[in-house]
Amino acid sequence: MDLDTLIARFKNKDMLAFERLHDMYAENICGVINTIVRNPERAQEICQDVFVKIWQHSDSYDASKGRFFTWILNIARNAAIDEVRSKSHKNQKKNLQIDYFVGIVEGSENIEGKVDAIGLKKLLKGLKEKCIQLIELLYFKGFTQKEAAEELNIPIGTVKTRNRGCISQIRKKLKL
Amino acid sequence: MDIEKYIASGVLELYVAGALSAEENLEVRRYAQKHPEIKAEIEAIEKAVLAVAKKASPGLSPDSFSKVKNRLTDVMPLPPEKSEEKTPWSSYLGWAAALLFAVGLLWIYLENNELKSKIEVVNEEKQSLEEQILKARSEMTYTEQLLNELRDQNVAVVALGGQAVSPESYAKAYWNKEEQKVYIDAQGLPEPPPGYTYQVWSLKLNPLTPASIGLLDDFVDNDTKIFELPNPNESEAFGITLEPEGGSDTPTLEQLYALGAVAS
Repeated sequence: MDLDTLIARFKNKDMLAFERLHDMYAENICGVINTIVRNPERAQEICQDVFVKIWQHSDSYDASKGRFFTWILNIARNAAIDEVRSKSHKNQKKNLQIDYFVGIVEGSENIEGKVDAIGLKKLLKGLKEKCIQLIELLYFKGFTQKEAAEELNIPIGTVKTRNRGCISQIRKKLKL
Repeated sequence: MDIEKYIASGVLELYVAGALSAEENLEVRRYAQKHPEIKAEIEAIEKAVLAVAKKASPGLSPDSFSKVKNRLTDVMPLPPEKSEEKTPWSSYLGWAAALLFAVGLLWIYLENNELKSKIEVVNEEKQSLEEQILKARSEMTYTEQLLNELRDQNVAVVALGGQAVSPESYAKAYWNKEEQKVYIDAQGLPEPPPGYTYQVWSLKLNPLTPASIGLLDDFVDNDTKIFELPNPNESEAFGITLEPEGGSDTPTLEQLYALGAVAS
């Protein structure tokens, strides 16, 4: 069954299709949440919240607005950011630290045992710090092009081309 | 369009990140549906991002989905309840609207029919009024003609006085000798009883010789009570008698209603 069919069935509240989509994305979504909340147990709980939420709002997914993964990614990021904000009482997305990936890659981040730090290091090895920062901002923190440009103090046009280069490096390693 | 250039721009990476505007998203989707290379590129980018995210994941417990599922059943009963409550109301509303519409249609249909029959009645009235006008005009024309005939300078007027059988009766004869026509104004005669008719006679006095010049037929139906009769005779007097229908060869003098001599 292809993705479009799965999504169509999921929108019709097909539980089996929902389970398949959960199996396809849940672990990754948990990873996104974990980079923001930095607490594996809490990340897993929020991850469940996110899947309950997407089931309840399945009819609001509209393919014309983007990829299905992007839709869940967005819901997950918002849920994780809400969690961090409620703890820190900080209202700006920009106040989120962006050095999590960099910390892992450089070995300075003290991560808990559940995360495959070695695997992540391996995947991001060779990527410049600029790349890792940009990927974290765009994919894990939900920054817009403009916000990322301001954060990294680079021209807005550079965001698009640099990001393309960074993703290409990862694809090469994954042979995608 | 240059597909390679489009892919190289980095727009697809931002599409997967969800960092594009709504319009840009629509555009990318349109291109992806049109060009399989673009769709494949998007899927590859998505896989790369998924791979990075997976490496950052603390993993899932094996019962992760059943935990999600258990929480769904807690919330799930709500929507059907809501729709159950909603459905009859909205369907009643629909039926009510349909019924109202049907009643409205019927009313308009009946109203329309009534108006049509009213128009028919009015049209009939109009037609009969037109006929009356025509009739009045032709009567007027006739009356004018008659008046002109009577005013002709060749016309001699003879007054016929009532006789013993009906002293109140009177009549007048307008005799146009040139045209050999006489008009009898019978306004002053009573309606003849059924089966009888007035007969007009031209008389020579010495000796008394009557000659019939005609009958006042359709006396009741003649509104003007003026009758035109031919008179080729050298009349010295005119008399009107009541005779059995169809007239008589000689006048019944007991039933002489009006008589008058022509002034010489």
